Amino acid sequence: MADPLLVIENLHKKFDHLEVLRGVDLRMNGGDVVSIIGSSGSGKTTLLRCVNLLEDFHEGRIVVDGQEIGYAVKGGRRVRLPNSIVARHRALTGMAFQTFNLFPHLSALGNVTLGLIRVRGMKKDEAVAIAERWLDRVGLLERRNHYPGQLSGGQQQRVAIARAIAMNPKLMLFDEVTSALDPELVNEVLNVIKDLARDGMTMLIVTHEMKFAYEVSTRIIFMNEGRIGEEGPPSEVFNNPKTPRLAEFLKNSSF
Amino acid sequence: MEFTQFLNELWIARGALWQGLQLTIAVSVLAIVLGTVLGLFVGMVLVYAWRPFKLLVRLYVDFIRGTPVFVLVLASFYILSVIGIQLTAFQAGVLAITVFCSSHVGEMVRGALQAIHRGQTEAAMAIGLTFRQTFQYVLMPQALRQILPTWVNAATEMVKASTLLSVIGVAELLLSTQQVISRNFLSLEFYFFAGLIYFVLNFSIERFGRHLERRLAVY
Amino acid sequence: MDYRFNFDAVWRSFDLLLAGLGLGLGLAVISIFLGSLIGLVAAFAMISRNSLLRGIAVVYVTAIRNTPILVLIFFTFFALPQMGVRLGKVESFVVTLTIYAGAYLTEVFRGGLMALPRGLREAGLAIGMTEWRTNFWVIIPVMIRNVLPALSNNFISLFKDTSLAAAIAVPELTFYARQINVNSFRVIETWMVASLMYVAACYVIAAGLRRIERKLAIPR
Repeated sequence: MADPLLVIENLHKKFDHLEVLRGVDLRMNGGDVVSIIGSSGSGKTTLLRCVNLLEDFHEGRIVVDGQEIGYAVKGGRRVRLPNSIVARHRALTGMAFQTFNLFPHLSALGNVTLGLIRVRGMKKDEAVAIAERWLDRVGLLERRNHYPGQLSGGQQQRVAIARAIAMNPKLMLFDEVTSALDPELVNEVLNVIKDLARDGMTMLIVTHEMKFAYEVSTRIIFMNEGRIGEEGPPSEVFNNPKTPRLAEFLKNSSF
Repeated sequence: MEFTQFLNELWIARGALWQGLQLTIAVSVLAIVLGTVLGLFVGMVLVYAWRPFKLLVRLYVDFIRGTPVFVLVLASFYILSVIGIQLTAFQAGVLAITVFCSSHVGEMVRGALQAIHRGQTEAAMAIGLTFRQTFQYVLMPQALRQILPTWVNAATEMVKASTLLSVIGVAELLLSTQQVISRNFLSLEFYFFAGLIYFVLNFSIERFGRHLERRLAVY
Repeated sequence: MDYRFNFDAVWRSFDLLLAGLGLGLGLAVISIFLGSLIGLVAAFAMISRNSLLRGIAVVYVTAIRNTPILVLIFFTFFALPQMGVRLGKVESFVVTLTIYAGAYLTEVFRGGLMALPRGLREAGLAIGMTEWRTNFWVIIPVMIRNVLPALSNNFISLFKDTSLAAAIAVPELTFYARQINVNSFRVIETWMVASLMYVAACYVIAAGLRRIERKLAIPR
């Protein structure tokens, strides 16, 4: 078996005195699509943000593609790495946010090329070529000169996904990417993600869309009170919940 | 050594500086009070008056706001005597800053009155209040509360503007300071001292404003 | 009242007034530019986690904003030489106006930074940009565009404040107006023309800045 692409070991995270993650272990291989479900406050978004190093964590380690990210042990003590290295580690993963967070002063194209030029150090025309390819993939090539304020929520989210994935990350993270969208715009975004899954992109997805999670995932993780409550293939998790907690959660979720 | 010399000179100059501070406060208070009264009137005209009258006042406000206060002070000082109005430098200066204050307060009042939701007027009319009563009991109280923070800010602006009277020979704090310096040549120390007093004045006004704001907050 | 207007003396020196107006504009442009740099640095200091930086910025802004600018002008020009800092009157005025502008712009920029959504910074970090790059390519450009109207207002105020340079004999518009006033005794005419020039300049500047604002505005 190949080396795992993502290893999370014993991850702990506290906000002041509230322990949000209480020892999470997770392993993903290349091509895996893992969806994290669970009620709000269960720590699923925090877990995702830790993998992108947008949150500090107090204990445990995260390894992406063989590289431990964010922290190192120096002289027997765990230290946070300098920001320039953290930035490089962040680029190993791509993140799509619930609120899109497009750069409002840049066109769709500018949003995608910014990282390619400033982080990857590409020449402008090279970056534009890659950006256009990805905008085409998400069906927005003809909108490349539109600004975020001129796009619908669904279109903005598709640009945001293109922006993340154009950086050629090893792993894509999706944080409730459809929660802020009007219902009629949800599918255009989910279809883009399904399309990426078919291509073999490795993805870690936090979502409330159960039907989508069922269809797209190779594995489902149910988070409960900062720990992994249950995990397994979609058919298993959705059809035969082993814990009352998961059964309860599924009963209250809509498909 | 130098600091004791400064303290010594400060003791000698205490009377002059105290006089200056009193003049500064007098100029500021007069300008703020008169300017605010005039400004309330200006603001009301800008919103409710007959159109030509409104236009005239709009011209007044824009003209004053487009002219530096310093020019207003100089113009007031030089022009009035030529056209036969005999004012002291103090009076001419207070007039200039009052006019300056009125245009700013006028704009604030206009903005605040226009920002009040139409429904307020309609609700007041609906319970049978006359326009006058509506204005007095419903609109103005809301507008005044809303302009309070900006108004306090404007008050500190007037204290700062009072320094301009030093140029036309009104011995307020800045000019008295300069006169003191011309005797003892301690320019660094005494300018710093004057700056400090202005700071304390304005900072207190600002704090007082915040205190009022908290007490009057209704929303 | 029996007064005969006679603008001859004013028109004869109109080129001086114009030159003075130009100098005032130039002083304002330099000061808003340099002041913006100070303001940016101080605004980031104000929102930083380092309490020493924050303290320095707060003291700077509070002190300058509560002190009359004329006191600052005199302090730089008359008092600093006592400490061995000797500047020409124009340089001295530019330094003062820059420091003054910086304090006001700090508040403008700080407000702009606080108003940005948190996700903007995170999105920059998430594509692997460093904190500095994110500030430079995302945070600052967006913030500046959002505060353009406030910047315009500050510029117009600064332009009007250049009239105070006359108090240390910098030959700008107010200085020349006073000179003409004293030499010709055409008092009303002089001040009428001078203030109209200020009003017109403010009007034109405001209109021009509004066009720039519209051009730079984030499309939506």
